[in-house]
Order: sequence, then structure tokens, then C-alpha cells
Amino acid sequence: MNDTLDVVLRLVAVLVVFLTFPLLVGQAEHKVMAHMQGRLGPMYAGGFHGWAQLVADGVKFAQKEDIVPADADRRVFQLAPAVALLPYLLVLIVIPVGPNGFVGQTVDAGLILVLAVMGVGVLGSLMAGWASANKFSLLGGLRTAAQLMAYELPMLLTAASVAMAAGTLSLPGILDGYHWWWTPWQLVGGLVFFTAGLAELQRPPFDMPVADSEIIFGAYTEYTGLRFALFLLAEYAGIVVLCALTTVLFLGGWHGPWSGSAGWVWTLVKTALLAFVVIWLRVSYPRLREDQLQKLAWTVLIPLSLAQIALTGVVKVVIS
Amino acid sequence: MPPIPGSGLAKGLAVTLRTMTKRTVTAQYPDTQPELPPRSRGVIALFEENCTVCMLCARECPDWCIYIDSHKETAPPAAPGGRERSRNVLDRFAIDFSLCMYCGICIEVCPFDALFWSPEFEYAETDILDLTHERDKLRDWMWTVPAPPALDPAAEEPKEIAAARKAAEKAEKAAAAAAAEEQNAAEQAAPGQGAPERGAPERGDGQSDEQGKGDA
Repeated sequence: MNDTLDVVLRLVAVLVVFLTFPLLVGQAEHKVMAHMQGRLGPMYAGGFHGWAQLVADGVKFAQKEDIVPADADRRVFQLAPAVALLPYLLVLIVIPVGPNGFVGQTVDAGLILVLAVMGVGVLGSLMAGWASANKFSLLGGLRTAAQLMAYELPMLLTAASVAMAAGTLSLPGILDGYHWWWTPWQLVGGLVFFTAGLAELQRPPFDMPVADSEIIFGAYTEYTGLRFALFLLAEYAGIVVLCALTTVLFLGGWHGPWSGSAGWVWTLVKTALLAFVVIWLRVSYPRLREDQLQKLAWTVLIPLSLAQIALTGVVKVVIS
Repeated sequence: MPPIPGSGLAKGLAVTLRTMTKRTVTAQYPDTQPELPPRSRGVIALFEENCTVCMLCARECPDWCIYIDSHKETAPPAAPGGRERSRNVLDRFAIDFSLCMYCGICIEVCPFDALFWSPEFEYAETDILDLTHERDKLRDWMWTVPAPPALDPAAEEPKEIAAARKAAEKAEKAAAAAAAEEQNAAEQAAPGQGAPERGAPERGDGQSDEQGKGDA
């Protein structure tokens, strides 16, 4: 009985995080992006500096008509947003927040689960692109597919490098084995992982598949109302997951001063900083062209991640 | 030295970060009113008392958005047997701001200073017909017209002031000349007394007197 209650409480906590953190990131994006462009951003909704802007947006989305195109593959079209969003909820369950079991659920092969499930998320865009019966959506979907192919590989390789260093696939296990010098040691891997993750989320500057000015929001062209909102939510949930994951794998998660009592604060702070970097990159860089995007993955990120694996192997052999 | 690869990327990040720490330039318009320069073209105001229904504004308006109706009134002759006096009375003066293109030609051509620019610009309407402002509304705009800005220190004197000043100077000189002549007459009546006083300074005075006389 007590065990069941424990599990339910943990799952509810994860659900609450899943429902609030993406909104926090979204609001931060509104304000940070505005100030980086010399503007103020939303200032009215909710009073103080427009803190309720995203809530108001949600209400607006809920009021809109839910349209399915006549020629669309109805079932697939309607399922796509859920497929895009839910994987991130699953991933959140296994991400360790603090020491001593401060985690939704410990999974032995957590790293594999995380990477596999995150791959499913991109399937949502693919389904959306195919089922919309719209050639621009299809183009966007195909570009998404190509991008997934290109960036999943460096992401997996760099994650493998960390797993090699720790000698385990369990996320809490990786954190248990963490030393401060892992961060400089795995620095290149971390950068590659973060960049590839951005590309997986189709965040600017890697948002060629959704490119609203070129292929009018790519796979999401035909979506309206709540389903469109779910895709947007998936993007922000993806940011939370990617930043938390990068924190856990490369920045030492809850490690830091007073990590015994305030470890979870370290995880949150590092995740928030990375989320800020995500927004910062979006504001600073122009969108990559499709061929540049592919070139970056295949000629820069994959060789770098392979080099990281080699380095990890060498150091591992030397110190053992 | 060639630039370090990737330094451009860092520079881009630095630019956005620096912008974020600076104050934004956004003006919160409906909360804080914009500070408009005094010659802003917001709406056209009518100072009815100055209007003589000469119709110049309506004729020059490229959009034909000014409507003027008037009639003539006759007043009895000032002196018995004289001609009757007639004058124009304004019945309607309206500007259709849905047509107006804010060129300001009407204000430019008005010979009697009856039309003015007001900086007020918040008069949007939900019905386009309400954008035709009749004379009472145009009159209300008149109270929002700011005082004309001060002239540039190096600017030419306004015509009216120059004319008034010249007239005043002329009158002053005429008065001075009259006074000097009176004094001259008094001296001639008592010769020998004033002779030593007639020196160089007095000459200048005498010359100016001559000039004054000529002008008068």
C-alpha cells in the first residue's frame, strides 16, 4: 500500500513538473528574447510583466476550432500531437533530480530508455507531415526525418561516451560515478550532445523543417487549436528534457557544494541555465539552410563525437 | 592574424547578451503618451472666427475632403445713401478624415490663419462616417493646438513684428524731430547763448533730425 502511494506521489510530481516547467521556459523565452531584441515582450496578461501570457495563450488555443483536412489520414493526424508530446513525459520520469533516489523511477538501462523514447518524439512530426495531405507538410516531415537521421547518431555516440566513462547505463549510476574533472574531459561530447539535441527539437537555428517563412510551419501547417498547442508544448517540454539530460550526463546533475541537502537545487539551476542558453542561441543565430544543417551533422558533429569516444576509451584504459 | 574559427559565433552571442542588459527602448504607448513634436500632423483644427469662407482650402485640397457651405448676409450702409455691406457667414465646415491625406495644403494656403495642425491623433472610429468632423468638432480640436514653437535665434523677424517695430521707430523719430525743432526755435529767439554749445555731437543730432523730417 505504502509502495503504491509512493509511486503515485512520484508520478504526480513528475506530471506537475511536466505541466509547469515547459510553461516557465516558454515565459522565459518570451521575456529573454524580447529583452535581447531591445523590446519588452508581453506586459499585460496577469499583471506583473505579463506572467500569465502563456495561460492566456492556452485559453486562446482551447477556444479555436479543431480542423482535420478532408483528405487527411484522420486517425494518424489526430494522434500525432500526442505522439510528439508524451515521450517527454516518459523521459522525465527517469531523470534523477537529487541524490538518494530523488527520481521518478530508477531504471537500470535509463540512458537507453531515454534516448529510445526521445527518438519517438520526432515520430510525431513525421506522422503530422504525412497525414496532413499537404505537400508543404510532407516536405517538412521529410526534412524532419532527415534531420532525425543526421542528429540522432552524434547524440547516441556522445551519450555512449558518458556511459563508457561511468561504466553504467543507469542515470543515477552515472551521477554516482561523476567527478568534477569529467566535465572538461567530456566537454566536446557535451557540446555535441546539446547541439544535436537542439536539432532534434527543431529549435532555431536548426528549425529548417518547420521554417515558417519557407515551408509555412512544415509538418504543423494543417494543425489548429489545441493540437497545435500540443506541438508547441512538446517543443518546450523537449527543451526541459534536453537541458535536464545534458545536466545529468555532462554537468554532474546534483553535484555541487552542499549537494547532500540541496542537490536538487543544483539540478534545477543547471537545467535553467541550459534552457537560457537554448533561448539565447535562438535569438543570436540565423536559421541554417537545409544542406548546411546536414553538413554540420555529418562532417562536424559525428567526427567530433567519434573522437570523444576514442578519448574516453583512452582515458578509461589509462586510469584503470 | 586570421580570426579564430568560431569567434563570429561568440560575437553574436555577446551582442544579444549585451542588448539584454540594456534598457529597452519600447514606449508603453497607451499607458504613457508619446511626446510629439509641436508640428506633428495629428488632426486639423478650425478657428472659426478667422474663417472668411474664401474657399481657398477647399479648392486646394487634393482629396476634396473639405466641405464648406455658407451664405451672404448684408448689413445696412454705414452712412446714409452708401452701399450695403455684405459678408460671408459660415454654415458648415467639415473635413472628412477618411479621405484626408494629411498633406497640410489647406493649412498652408489659409490666408487668415483659420486652420491649424493639432498633434491629437486618437480619433479612430468604428464607423467610417464618424470620421467626417463637423465644425464643432473641428473647433474642439482648436483647444489642443499647442503654442507655436519659439523662433530660431538666428531667424528673420516675423513680418508683422518687423512692420510694427518700423512704425513705432518712425513715430519716435518724428516726435524727437518735433522736439528738436522747438528747441531750435527757442535758441534763435535768444542768440549768443547757445552758440558755444553747438559742437560736433550736436551735428549728428541735427543730421538725424533732418532724416526724421524727411521720413515724416
